[in-house]
Amino acid sequence: MKRILLVLFGFVIPGLVAVAPVRASAQDAAARGLEIAREADRRDSGWKDARVSLTMILQDRKGNTRERKLRMMMLEVPGETGGDKSIAIFDSPPDLKGTVLLTHAKVGADDDQWLFLPSLKRVKRISSSNKTGAFFGSEFTYEDIAAPEVGKFTYRYLGKEPCAGQTCYKVERKPKYRNSGYSAIVSWFDTAQYRPQRMDYYDRKGRLLKVLTLSGYRKYGRLWRAQVLTMKNLKTGRTTILKYGPWKFGTGLSAADFSKANLRNIR
Amino acid sequence: MRRALATILGLLPAVSAPALAQEWDFSGTLGAEARYFTQVPEWPGQTSRRFYGSFSFEGRGSFGWNGGADEIAVAPFLRWSPNGDGRSHADLREAYWRHLGEGWSLTVGVDKVFWGVAESRNPVDIVNQDDVLEDIGGSEKLGQPMLRLGLFGDSWAVDAFVLPGFRPREYPTVGARLASPIPIGPPVYTGPNGRGNVDFALRFSASAGSWDIGLSAFAGTSREPVLVPAGAGLVPRYDRITQFGLDAQYTAGDWLWKLEAITRSGQGPRFEAVTAGFEKNFYGIGGGGGDLALLAEINYDGREKVLSLATYFDKDLFLGARYSLGDIGSTTFQAGALFDRDSDSRVLKVEAQRRFGEEWVLEFTGQFLSSTNGNDLVALLRKEDYLSLVLKRSF
Repeated sequence: MKRILLVLFGFVIPGLVAVAPVRASAQDAAARGLEIAREADRRDSGWKDARVSLTMILQDRKGNTRERKLRMMMLEVPGETGGDKSIAIFDSPPDLKGTVLLTHAKVGADDDQWLFLPSLKRVKRISSSNKTGAFFGSEFTYEDIAAPEVGKFTYRYLGKEPCAGQTCYKVERKPKYRNSGYSAIVSWFDTAQYRPQRMDYYDRKGRLLKVLTLSGYRKYGRLWRAQVLTMKNLKTGRTTILKYGPWKFGTGLSAADFSKANLRNIR
Repeated sequence: MRRALATILGLLPAVSAPALAQEWDFSGTLGAEARYFTQVPEWPGQTSRRFYGSFSFEGRGSFGWNGGADEIAVAPFLRWSPNGDGRSHADLREAYWRHLGEGWSLTVGVDKVFWGVAESRNPVDIVNQDDVLEDIGGSEKLGQPMLRLGLFGDSWAVDAFVLPGFRPREYPTVGARLASPIPIGPPVYTGPNGRGNVDFALRFSASAGSWDIGLSAFAGTSREPVLVPAGAGLVPRYDRITQFGLDAQYTAGDWLWKLEAITRSGQGPRFEAVTAGFEKNFYGIGGGGGDLALLAEINYDGREKVLSLATYFDKDLFLGARYSLGDIGSTTFQAGALFDRDSDSRVLKVEAQRRFGEEWVLEFTGQFLSSTNGNDLVALLRKEDYLSLVLKRSF
């Protein structure tokens, strides 16, 4: 089970299914890092389907801002071979209104992605090997929002640290796949709930490039969702803030709703 | 179909809607365009005016109910061009009622439908007529009255169309810029019902892994006329045709391989047309969020060259590039060139676009046609190069 658009979900570290509880062993940092990632994933599976509205605020170095409004629908596909499905509908800016992005995540391969362009009523299959490109002009790249499965990284546990007023596990992961924009990503998970609180993205030359903070966690049943995500690019001085409305889970969406043929019907 | 009708008649409860529908919804775009023709016109009787201003409005209002399962939409388009370049016109791009069931949908009214995968030409795309007054390249379409029944599953779809109300092409008046120097008369139709003929279309499409495939069939009035010499002018003749089409795209990482092919009978001897090519994407250009796409396509069209005005895609090569900066203003640049193999006819189009604030978009277009020995549409319009600047405000 590979999750898609994980950052937009408010959860960032991917993983496969359930694992034994984390043991206090400092000897094998790699195994320990993997366990934390898997536990974070285990606590975030079983949500079936979800809907949420969000505002994307783009901020440049001078403080000029642009706002984009999106609605998202997501479908969890259970099992290790099934990739999740998602739909992003743009409501603003007005010239993008009605544009829909459909993603079928794939385990161990590029995702399938289609774009619906309302002015032409055209559905376009687009290349999804784009990892380092900006997602609709934001500081999030496609790689950030379409996180791959746990097997695509090597992990290293870096110890416990205070963060966001709590105690956090600090875990480094390095991409094993090609075309990544990063040499490493360091994440902080709070020890109580395994929620990601902060992520540092290092560029291919090993310099700190971007910092993501996740805040305003809200509980839906047993699931936690961050309401505000802030991605700050240290190189360009630009910031992207994602503000989420309330999440709805188990709304009865089915695979047919996420079909290419249904794209033109989505409003 | 029986279930569709039953639902419409209210005998079955409407199924829950997958879309997050809002009830009333209005949006639109106002555009102001300045066009400058870079050359003196070639043909006698053509106006020597170089600057043209025009305004456009494209609106869409919709109302959804039953949780989005039912929708009524109306989308008018208006072009007002006060300088006499013959582009003023109005059209209903959409005016339909649509019901969405579980795995099926029904559309009654005027709508737009796009088939195809290619960029330079879409031979399989046949449901809607070209809006020639907006773009001689066929990228803008007129609304088409239709009854459309769609059935779909997770990875396939079948759409059946009944298409009454044929829309002939509208040409700019003689003497206007981008107009044929030979007067084009009122259309004629072959077949017993003339313009009143009801056309039919069927399309099956499926996605499997890296493949997206469509098979289509059309029986009815050709959207493309044959321009027949009559007296001192030309008469557009719309024949009854049967056309079968195939479109396919193979997506392999950042390579997109595209194919469209048709076979058509009823318009002179049976002929085939093919557009095939690729798009190669490069991401994160210059260490930033910039994306570059390079495109190449070949066009073949085997139709009888009674008068090659009908198409300039007989044996052509298309090369194109698209560059998106990935900046806050979504700046993009595009360029495309079409080269004819048998003559020196060429079409070059360059475009740039940038957003200002949330609502404003500025677009630049340059279109350049050249030909010294061609015998086609490009040769007729070779002195009609223009530069255009469009400021759009969307709401």
